[in-house]
Amino acid sequence: MAERRNFLPRSEFPRLLSELISAGYRCIGPRVRDGAIVYEPITGVEDLPQGIHDLQAPGQYGLEQTAEPRFFAWANGPQALRPLTFAGRDKLWTAERKADGSVEFAGESPQAEPVAVIGARACDLAALYIYDRHFMQGEHPDPWYTARRQKLFLIAVHCTHPSLNCFCASTGDGPRASYGYDLALSELDEGFLIEARSEKGERILAGLPVKKASAEQIETADREIEDAGRRQVKGVPSRNLKDVLFARLDHPRWNEVAQRCLSCTNCTLVCPTCFCHSENDVPSLDGSRSEHYREWDSCFTQRHSYIHGITIRPDTRTRYRQWLTHKVGSWHDQFGRSGCVGCGRCITWCPVGIDITEELAAICR
Amino acid sequence: MQNPYLPREAEIVERVQEAPTIFTLKLRFTDPAAQGAYGYVPGQFNMIYLYGIGEVAISIVSDPDETETLDHTIRAVGRVTRALSRLQPGDRIGVRGPYGRGWPLLEAQGKDVALITGGLGCAPLVSVIRYIVARRERFRRLLIMQGVKRSDDLIWHEQYQRWRELPDTQVLLAAEVAEPGWTWHQGLVTALFDRTHIDPGQTIVFLCGPEPMMRASIYELGQRGVADGDIWLSMERNMHCGIGHCGHCMIGAPFVCRNGPVFPYPELKALLGKKGF
Amino acid sequence: MDKKLRVAVHKFSSCDGCQLAFLNAGEKLVELFELADVVHFAEAGIVDPDAPADLAFIEGSISTHEERERIRRIRENTRFLVPIGACATSGCLQALRNQADAARWFADVYSDLSKIDHLDTATPIAANVPVDMELWGCPVNTRQVMATVSSLLLGAPPRDENEKICMECKRKNIVCVMVAQGQHCMGPVTRTGCGVLCPGIGRDCYGCYGPAENINGDSWGRWFEQKGMPAERIARRFRYINSEAEAFREAGKRWREKS
Repeated sequence: MAERRNFLPRSEFPRLLSELISAGYRCIGPRVRDGAIVYEPITGVEDLPQGIHDLQAPGQYGLEQTAEPRFFAWANGPQALRPLTFAGRDKLWTAERKADGSVEFAGESPQAEPVAVIGARACDLAALYIYDRHFMQGEHPDPWYTARRQKLFLIAVHCTHPSLNCFCASTGDGPRASYGYDLALSELDEGFLIEARSEKGERILAGLPVKKASAEQIETADREIEDAGRRQVKGVPSRNLKDVLFARLDHPRWNEVAQRCLSCTNCTLVCPTCFCHSENDVPSLDGSRSEHYREWDSCFTQRHSYIHGITIRPDTRTRYRQWLTHKVGSWHDQFGRSGCVGCGRCITWCPVGIDITEELAAICR
Repeated sequence: MQNPYLPREAEIVERVQEAPTIFTLKLRFTDPAAQGAYGYVPGQFNMIYLYGIGEVAISIVSDPDETETLDHTIRAVGRVTRALSRLQPGDRIGVRGPYGRGWPLLEAQGKDVALITGGLGCAPLVSVIRYIVARRERFRRLLIMQGVKRSDDLIWHEQYQRWRELPDTQVLLAAEVAEPGWTWHQGLVTALFDRTHIDPGQTIVFLCGPEPMMRASIYELGQRGVADGDIWLSMERNMHCGIGHCGHCMIGAPFVCRNGPVFPYPELKALLGKKGF
Repeated sequence: MDKKLRVAVHKFSSCDGCQLAFLNAGEKLVELFELADVVHFAEAGIVDPDAPADLAFIEGSISTHEERERIRRIRENTRFLVPIGACATSGCLQALRNQADAARWFADVYSDLSKIDHLDTATPIAANVPVDMELWGCPVNTRQVMATVSSLLLGAPPRDENEKICMECKRKNIVCVMVAQGQHCMGPVTRTGCGVLCPGIGRDCYGCYGPAENINGDSWGRWFEQKGMPAERIARRFRYINSEAEAFREAGKRWREKS
């Protein structure tokens, strides 16, 4: 694999964006907004978070500006590929009621434009692979997800700056991106090692002024990625905790974590593999038209488990337990792997800093 | 790409008030082609859409071979079902489905079939009874056990009377609270096990009703030597999409909408009755 | 529809702001007047307080003897009664007196107390008469009130929006102001419905939509206590606009006792 890698000098990096734009892609990449790294449209490399480091701790996220030349010297932000594929809210169809009382249904036809995402992390790609199975590969493919997903061009950046909340090495999903991308980058101070993994990727690569990477560059890049894995301080006790979790449904830790958990849904809404959503009607005042939406939902809401007068999970204990036993337990039966890719977002964006790895350690000890 | 969330318009052909809060809507797709193409298995359900209000999962109670209408028996308990209860013949609604796994009727052929239901749990099994009655020779003994909280809650009296007349068919009804004139058993449906005989190994059991009732029945069946694998049950959970996407209906790993609503008991054994699942 | 829905909008102790959800509705207001018979709405110039109504929106809390009598009459004349806004759902600011030395406050403000008709407490509508649903917010917005009308016209009450603000922030890709900036955001304990007005402009939610379902005010407060926020300030976060909403009242009490 190493010998296939090419080197793109930092000064030529803007060429990657211009190649993508001339190939018809809208470029989405990391940029700083409101104190966090978010994935939004970028028009040039000047939008990228050059020299920015992220400082993450349970319940805390901050950025720091350095003089370093790198664009990707941080771990992640609150979201990456999730909103680009599975949007917070989508209109599914509209019902129109005619004067004679008949109801006409008109489905939306989701259209997506080609989008190139620069800076997908290994954890994000692992999560996307799960979303693909869930939304696209079943008996009823989801048209919205599929439309957006099929238009994605994914440029991975191997992770060299894990946060204190990252644990992808222990889930086996990073820090090196090993599948699911069109191009992958390793960032060095002087530029990028670049490799293609798809025909689309090869076509973009062919237009770039690359030269063969030196052995030293390859060694530096590989070492940084390996170090990134070694530096991670958190981890899951095991990659398959299904049996142990379901054997401990009455563990006192569920009560204890419920004393801290706000049941606020943030963990589930930043999780790149959580897929729960609800459907809602929004009727017009005059009764002639009703729009039917789906929007992100969470197993931490009362409504999630409500059925004819009964709420199956009325309290935080049962909701937190539902989340965790599904995410790293019954997920194995559904997807053949855990639903946790080690991105650490649920730890960082929990307003009170609940740490999934600590909870798992306490329950599975 | 087909929009799997899009309902099709259906017309209420007939509305039957079964009990003070229970009603049946007989539906027909307004597009004759849709009506002709629609097929289902007893035990499957539809997502019924009330204009401007929302969708709700309702099991189908008609016989799959009766192609005139598509019947749904509904209890008015929630926001959507209460509003549905006010609809009248001629009103239009949306329907999409059928969804999920139905009852294992092929597996039941040549066996005794015991249908044990509680409350409106009888609705998802009425389709089965109609199916068996119409093909009586393919099945051995038919045992119907239905329990209700109050005797007034019992719906389909006439059908039960008719079914008990059929050869090799036993009908047992129970009400926890019996009003004057109730000639059946007073007590829990599980007490009816002492009034019948179940032949383990020869019997397949279909259960539908409140979960405590189903668990108590499974216990009684176990006492009588019925293997777990011969027991099937229909589950209810919150459903928004009906196609295994939205995540509300999971009981552990299974999506009730996609992997159920009818399950062989071993698939649910670990979590059935576990609060919170 | 042969018979139009009769709608009333009543005002009790309040700032009148919630009624603006109707008056500022633009075309929707015109539509409402076409679809419904607005039988009483003093701020819009329609005055018939005893008119029977199918749907009555109630703004304001019950603070005086006269109001207590009037809300009972309205209840009798109304099929579906909906308190709107913080005053009507939780007493709002005037209910701060319930947990304070109200007599002294009155004496400090008014020179002649004999002219003041007031109850000892200011209470939400639901503490006085049965209500059919509640719309929270200080103030409520046009979307909420019109969604109520349109849903009822279609035969069902609207869905109770009892989720936390955080959900809407995340759906809108708003960066969490609590985690990223350390702001004392009440989003994790506050009911949705506002469209995340405050976090949407980068400031913390101060809970004007009242408590969401299943909140954990103790854990929320402990987080800021660990960061050095005094217990009295934590208590005041809860003892503000919706101080009489049970979950906020109890959380506020516990933090005050700690201070």
